[in-house]
Amino acid sequence: MSSVRVLVGTRKGAFILTADGARKRWKVSGPHFAGWEIYHVKGSPVNPNRIYASQTSGWFGQIIQRSDDGGKTWNTPGSSPEELKSADGMPRGESNKFVYDGVAGTHQWYDGTQHPWEFKRVWHLEPSPNDPDHVYAGVEDAALFESRDGGKSWRELSGLRKHDTGPKWQPGAGGMCLHTILIDPKNPQRISVAISAAGAFRTDDGGATWKPINRGLRSQYIPDPTAEVGHCVHRIAMHPSRPDTLFMQKHWDVMRSDDGGDSWKEVSGNLPSDFGFPIDVHAHEPETIYVVPIKSDSEHYPPSGRLRVYRSRTGGNEWEALTKGLPQRNCYVNVLRDAMSVDSLEPCGIYFGTTGGQVYASANGGDTWKPIVRDLPAVLSVEVQTLP
Amino acid sequence: MIRVVLPPHLRALARVEDEVELEVNGSVTQRSILDALESRYPMLRGTMRDHVTQIRRPLVRFFACGEDVSHESPDAALPEAVISGTEPFVIIGAIAGG
Repeated sequence: MSSVRVLVGTRKGAFILTADGARKRWKVSGPHFAGWEIYHVKGSPVNPNRIYASQTSGWFGQIIQRSDDGGKTWNTPGSSPEELKSADGMPRGESNKFVYDGVAGTHQWYDGTQHPWEFKRVWHLEPSPNDPDHVYAGVEDAALFESRDGGKSWRELSGLRKHDTGPKWQPGAGGMCLHTILIDPKNPQRISVAISAAGAFRTDDGGATWKPINRGLRSQYIPDPTAEVGHCVHRIAMHPSRPDTLFMQKHWDVMRSDDGGDSWKEVSGNLPSDFGFPIDVHAHEPETIYVVPIKSDSEHYPPSGRLRVYRSRTGGNEWEALTKGLPQRNCYVNVLRDAMSVDSLEPCGIYFGTTGGQVYASANGGDTWKPIVRDLPAVLSVEVQTLP
Repeated sequence: MIRVVLPPHLRALARVEDEVELEVNGSVTQRSILDALESRYPMLRGTMRDHVTQIRRPLVRFFACGEDVSHESPDAALPEAVISGTEPFVIIGAIAGG
């Protein structure tokens, strides 16, 4: 019987939630890496027992962790007990070495001045669809790194950061993070990424060269609302069967592209706010998408204190509120950009975590919801693995 | 033998329960202790000082015999009590909220 494994990153550790395919009874393991911020945990599509985690701390910096047994045990890549005893000598200990390629350069700071690029943390880990040892890392300050040795060492794909527009990129409120990495399953040379607050970018040559893909985005409170870069894109989602169709939640509006990001149109329709962080696509219905509207520009909690997921079955514009099982009064949590995911069971399961520490799950495409856990630390990320 | 006390998070990362003992070749300084520590526990590289610049991370402090030596030269000799192992070299994560 199929089962699901939900990988949850929080402000104070990682948690792994497991259930069989009925998704009614859950086991909770954790906290793993107690006390550390876990920005993201994600498994390899090729080998689900290979899981990568980004563990970070203001004191001790960035750590990459890897499990090869589905999250039961973890090691920093290259420093497993066996490798520490290897006759080849001690490991190099470079699994957390993220060094920008060449001159780091400067980007725009909040006050409009130029500010040096400074590595802070890994926001998002995206394992390759083809090779469990190949994984991408989106970092703050914005850059894309890759490892081809299972996380033991990293190199920057610096064509992105060195794009001509780099000096115009600026941090959003959460920092200048590269938070979204979408690999085209039909053409792994095509990768789209998103950066707050620079916008979306795409490579068609495996990361050597990049171009902004922000035509059609409108951000009314930046000096040039339709600028080539400078948009605060919060998240982009893609259904693997339709890699040219992208859905975007940005600061101001939900957008859609049907040409791989070359052009975008607004599909916010009847949503109750123009803001939110996550966006995701139903596993079996490429035109069914989910968002969680949030009130902004500064409140960052659900409108009217009602936690509602909105579903569109038409690829945008027409949205329905999903409320059954979700708190409809006095709810003032946020749902962050990496904190929503879907499983591929039938019916499709939808999951999201809140800054209040709840992880909600729907085993019927969003019609009804239940909390799996209620009292975790603030949730930063949620990923789901569907296991045979 | 040099004794080193790690903060709890780094003990967990290095999988040690208590203070660690290290052989340090040559002069006993901050740099030589950290070199020996990172060599034996490679998962600690980058957590106390920058991989490239070797500059101490801002929220990490070093103490010897009750004195804060964080701002001393990394190549300055440490007190005899640390060199002899009577006193540990103490690595501390700065007290800060969160």
